[in-house]
Amino acid sequence: MSRENREDRSESEALLSLERICLIRGGRHILKNVSCRISPGEIITLIGPNGAGKTSLLKVALGLLKADTGQVRRSAELRIGYMPQKLVIDRTFPLSVARFMRLTGRYPEVQLQQTLEDVGAGHLLDARLAELSGGELQRVLLGRALLRRPQLLVLDEPVQGVDVQGQVELFELIGRLRDNYGCAVLMVSHDLHLVMVATDRVICLNQHVCCTGSPEAVQRDEQFLKLFGPAILPHLAIYSHDPQHRHDQCPHQGCNCPTDQEGEHVR
Amino acid sequence: MFADFMLRALAAGIGVALVAGPFGTFVVWRRMAYFGDTLAHSALLGVALGFLLQVDPLLAVMAVCLLVAVLLFFLQRQQRLPSDTLLGILSHSALSLGLVTIAFIDDLRIDLLAYLFGDILAVGGRDLVMIYLCGFFALGLLLVLWRPLLAISLHEDLARVEGVRVDLVQLAFSCLLALVVAIMMKVVGLLLITSLFILPAAAVRRLSRSPEQMALLAAVAGIAAVCGGLYGSWQFDTPAGPSIVVAATLIFALLQLVPLRR
Repeated sequence: MSRENREDRSESEALLSLERICLIRGGRHILKNVSCRISPGEIITLIGPNGAGKTSLLKVALGLLKADTGQVRRSAELRIGYMPQKLVIDRTFPLSVARFMRLTGRYPEVQLQQTLEDVGAGHLLDARLAELSGGELQRVLLGRALLRRPQLLVLDEPVQGVDVQGQVELFELIGRLRDNYGCAVLMVSHDLHLVMVATDRVICLNQHVCCTGSPEAVQRDEQFLKLFGPAILPHLAIYSHDPQHRHDQCPHQGCNCPTDQEGEHVR
Repeated sequence: MFADFMLRALAAGIGVALVAGPFGTFVVWRRMAYFGDTLAHSALLGVALGFLLQVDPLLAVMAVCLLVAVLLFFLQRQQRLPSDTLLGILSHSALSLGLVTIAFIDDLRIDLLAYLFGDILAVGGRDLVMIYLCGFFALGLLLVLWRPLLAISLHEDLARVEGVRVDLVQLAFSCLLALVVAIMMKVVGLLLITSLFILPAAAVRRLSRSPEQMALLAAVAGIAAVCGGLYGSWQFDTPAGPSIVVAATLIFALLQLVPLRR
C-alpha cells in the first residue's frame, strides 16, 4: 500500500484521532495542544527529548491517562496491541513465556507458536519469562501484543536495551509485521536515525508538536534541529536549512488551558 | 496424649496456613507486605470497638479491616502521598487508636498479648468454623481473580489495555486480604500476621516452576511451620504464635540452601 493511498483515506476513517490534547500535572503542561490522527496501516513514530511527553501521549491514546482538555476518538471496536516500555520482573517470578502470552486471553498452542515465530522468538515458548535477554523479552512482548490481532500496535520504546544490530532488526521486523498483520503502528523512540528506516510519518514532540511529516522532511525542519541541537547533525544523512520555515506558522501556538500560555508554573 | 485444645490449635493453624500461602504469594509479588501490616494493625481497633459496642470481636475486626482496605484503596488512587507514607500513617494511627480505646473501657481487662501475638491454644469450635468458612470463601474468590491478578502483578497498564478491570480486581483483592487478616489474628496475633504471608511464599519462590505451584508450595510450607511451631511450643513451653513464626523462618532459611536446578 503506498503512502498516498493511506493519506487519501485518512480523512474519513482514522483508527484513532487526538484533537487538541492538553495534559496538565502539577500546574505544568505535560502535553500542550497536541493533535494527531492514525490511519490504518500507517507507521507513526514519536520522537523527542527526555520528558517531552512521549509516553504520556501514548497513555492518553490508550485511555490510561485522561486528558484535561481535548478529545480522543477511536474507531468502533478498535483492537489495540500494547507493548509497554519495560516489564520489570523479579528473577524468580515463576512464569513461562507460554503462560505469559495467555494471561489475558485464551489462545491455542499453534497460534502462540506461530506468533512467536513471526517475531523471531519461536524457540522461546517454554522458556522462563524472567530468564529472557533484553532483546528476547522485547520480541515476546511484541508477540503478545500481536496475539490480539490488533488494528493498532502501540509500542513504547520497542528497542530499549537492545544493541544496535538488534535495533535495526527489530525496526525491520516492525515494518514487516505491519505488512503481514495489516496493522497501524504508533511507537515511541529515542533513537533518531535508525527509527527513520521503518517510519511513514514522524511526530517530533516537546510538550507540543514541534514538527511532523515524513522522516526526510522532519530531518530538515528547523524545529527538529533546535530540539536536538547540533550534536545530532553527524547522525543525519540529509540536512539543509529550510529558510521557508516560519515560527508563527507552527501549529502548536496557543491553547485554552487554565494554565498560562507560556508554560510557566501556575499555582 | 494430645489434648483437645492442641488438636483445635492444629486445625486452626492448618486452616490459616492453607489460605495464607496463596494470598502470601500475591503479597510477595505485588509488594504488599506493608499493606498487610497496616490491615493487621488496624485489627486492634476492631477488637476495641467490638468490646465498646458489644459486638462479636471477630466481626468487628473484619468490619474495621474491610473499612481500612477500602479507605486505603481510594487514598492510594489520589496519589497525594507516597504509598508507604500513607500506609505508615494508617497503620500506626489505627494501632494507637485501638490501644487508647481499650484504655478507655474501664471495667475491662483484656489480655493484650493474646491479640498482639496470638492465642492459638485458646481457639474454640466457633473460631474454627469461622476460619474454615471465611478461608474457603476467600480462596474461592481468589481462584476467580487469579488470572487477572497475575496479569496486574506483571504490568498494570498492559492488563488495563487488554481489558482487565484493574481497579475492581485490586479492590476485591484488598478486601479478601482484610478478611484473611481477620481470621489469622487469633492464630499468630496481629503483629505477626504478615510473617505468615511472606515467609512461606518467600521460602518456596525459588523452587517453583509456575505461579500455581508457588501458591501450593507456600501453603504446604505454612502447614509445616504450623506443625513444627506447635510441636516446639508443646515441647519447650514457648508461646505458640511466635514459635510458628520461628519455625517458618527456619524453613525459609533451610530452603535457601537447596541448590537450584538449571
